[in-house]
Amino acid sequence: MSIFEYNGSALVAMVGKNCFAIASDRRLGVQLQTIATDFQRISKVHDRLFIGLSGLATDAQTLHQRLMFRHKLYQLREERDMKPETFASLVSALLYEKRFGPYFCQPVIAGLSDDDKPFICTTDSIGAKELAKDFVVAGTAGDSLYGACEAMFKPDMEPEELFETLSQALLASVDRDCLSGWGGHIYIVTPTEVKECTLKGRMD
Amino acid sequence: MSSSSIVEAPPKGGFSFDLCKRNEMLSGKGVKHPNYRKTGTTIVGLIFQDGVILGADTRATSGPIVCDKNCEKIHFMAPNIYCCGAGTAADTESVTDMVSSQLQLHRYHTGRESRVITALTLLKKHLFNYQGHISAALVLGGVDCTGPHLHTIYPHGSTDTLPFATMGSGSLAAMAVFESKYKEGLNKKEGIKLVTEAICSGIFNDLGSGSNVDVCVITKVGKLLPDIFQFLGRSFSLYQFNFVLNGCGTGGKRIHEKPLKTQSTHIRQCEGIHLPQEDRLVSLSLLQQISI
Repeated sequence: MSIFEYNGSALVAMVGKNCFAIASDRRLGVQLQTIATDFQRISKVHDRLFIGLSGLATDAQTLHQRLMFRHKLYQLREERDMKPETFASLVSALLYEKRFGPYFCQPVIAGLSDDDKPFICTTDSIGAKELAKDFVVAGTAGDSLYGACEAMFKPDMEPEELFETLSQALLASVDRDCLSGWGGHIYIVTPTEVKECTLKGRMD
Repeated sequence: MSSSSIVEAPPKGGFSFDLCKRNEMLSGKGVKHPNYRKTGTTIVGLIFQDGVILGADTRATSGPIVCDKNCEKIHFMAPNIYCCGAGTAADTESVTDMVSSQLQLHRYHTGRESRVITALTLLKKHLFNYQGHISAALVLGGVDCTGPHLHTIYPHGSTDTLPFATMGSGSLAAMAVFESKYKEGLNKKEGIKLVTEAICSGIFNDLGSGSNVDVCVITKVGKLLPDIFQFLGRSFSLYQFNFVLNGCGTGGKRIHEKPLKTQSTHIRQCEGIHLPQEDRLVSLSLLQQISI
């Protein structure tokens, strides 16, 4: 049993035209038993930056607390929000610090950088950044998500179409994974608004 | 996390080992270690008459899955020095980033351009210090005031100075190309062609390498002033996105793939079973005769 399969998760972020969307499943389990069906994996760092953490839930929570702490210190010192690229480097550095005893966590970072250009990034559990121009995936449903997103992604999608594409990809992939599912949370972020939706999926 | 400070101040740098005991306990209970992202890889370098050419493929893998089809493996060290990295992606990225910053500080301190041998020594010292646990295999190349240099660095800290070098899982395939076709005094066009051929050989024969070829040419021009590298970028693109599928019902073009070859087998209709008119390859246990 891999440590990443202890809690189960599915995370995906996709880029559209001047917008991005980040989605996750809602299940929290202990191996094969489900203990929560409304677990929040994605959290807001600031209005234009979101981070989702997949993998072992306890490490995800610890890492989340450390990141919020560092971001708040940054806000106090610099009197502004962190840029997504900077935040991605911070996440990478925090994870690489624990190179020989890592957090069992795979983050997905999505944000709007300067000129409202969408930025998405994922890292492995020791901080190797992967910047993509189309989509990034993480979690136990990762393999299915690669396939679904590869087939359904189109460049320059408007927010409505992006929402539709991403929810279809997420729900299709978590249906093929026992450890993730029970619906989905999806955030669509444009320069002017943040829309949060809860999706209904198969409850099994 | 010392007991004297309630708030955890950001540490000053270096590795932190506080989760090691917990992770060891978990592996004792049979929990598998996670797959780190590796850059399976074919990386090469060669010295030609005007300088150094470095080449790399662009695939990053996580176990058997390709997690990045287009990652950059040629890292910037100094304006006249570049480094290709193979092995664990996090290790190659951090080690090259760290030495690049150290070289920058050194340049400010001395007021001179960096030498390749400086980068080499900084890298090998760091890697030897960690006894091979930092899994970064590097091909370092650059041009400085003493001429063009090409080195390989192994994860345990040993180095080689060579006229042509390959590293990574596809190194044997690429070395085969180099050993048969390399000669001294290649010009730029021949050099780029040879590097591309070597990387392609790695891409086609090694499963850990794939996607595109990145080529970087570092030359010296004029009075001992190195030219800024020339990042040729994707000189050979294997990946083409022709397939567009719209599964969301919002309207979109569906482009049909034209197959390379079709072979139809005509099946004779059996009594009582109505087979459709079009030719299709079907295997049924009730089949009486197949005529091709």
